[in-house]
Amino acid sequence: MEFEAQVEVTHLPGVLDPQGTTVERALPALGFTNVSHVRIGKSIRLVVDAPDAATARTQVEEMCNRILANPVIEAFTVTVHERERA
Amino acid sequence: MAARVGVVVFPGTNCEHDVVWVVEQLGGDADLVWHSDTDLSAFDAVVVPGGFAHGDYLRTGAIARFSPVMGAVGAFAAGGGPVVGICNGFQVLTEAGLLPGALQKNAGLKFRCETVACRVATDRSSLTHGVAVGTELALPINHFEGNYTCDAETLARLHDLDQVVLRYVDNPNGSVDDIAGVCSEAGNVVGLMPHPERAAEAILGSADGAVLLRALLTRAAA
Repeated sequence: MEFEAQVEVTHLPGVLDPQGTTVERALPALGFTNVSHVRIGKSIRLVVDAPDAATARTQVEEMCNRILANPVIEAFTVTVHERERA
Repeated sequence: MAARVGVVVFPGTNCEHDVVWVVEQLGGDADLVWHSDTDLSAFDAVVVPGGFAHGDYLRTGAIARFSPVMGAVGAFAAGGGPVVGICNGFQVLTEAGLLPGALQKNAGLKFRCETVACRVATDRSSLTHGVAVGTELALPINHFEGNYTCDAETLARLHDLDQVVLRYVDNPNGSVDDIAGVCSEAGNVVGLMPHPERAAEAILGSADGAVLLRALLTRAAA
């Protein structure tokens, strides 16, 4: 079965996010004066062929720990759902 | 006998010839080692030079750390062999878990390319062996992701175990504790953002980098 996985990689709390900070500083110039806590991360999508969703999730989490994210500075969340047939 | 230095080359590495040139100017022997090679037995020291290994896609050093040669570099380091990662090489060594911490984007989002003053913080690493603590060196930096970071516990351990090798005199990138370079607990694996190989001859504006690379060759030949 094919599962679509979506991985969100974000900076760990306390890790500097210069991109988020820069965007946060830019927003008031556009009139958005009510914005705070801007954080910029990565979104990764992939399709995994696995017998079930739990197996697919375990594999994607292992990918995150080994390569997709750097656990020293990044956190990640994984969402998995069955791929809809076209 | 002259120290033999293996200089690791990934697709995208671009400082390897500078390292080879300087090592040979200082009386050592240097050979390039392609990233698919797995045999480092001919060498007394290994340098992972700067550049953009595998395009730095995903994160700096993230892909390079899975190259076949990195298994050999890990084994070489575990055996006590001197390993030095310069700039992108430092990023590769942290991604590989051979050095603690990580390099994040510079504070201020600026690519910094300039000569900066650094102070030697320990003389027990393979790159600063015999160099007096406090020695100030003028070294070029050339990076966007040189902002060293680690959690408070790791930073405390770096202090306790004397693992900070170099500090910036005037922090150019936001690095925690002004750290420009660190070493492994044993001191044989060193990573630094400044480029000693680009400052090893007076005609280039500074010969201070030769102080570090000479220390490496001395340690390697011992």
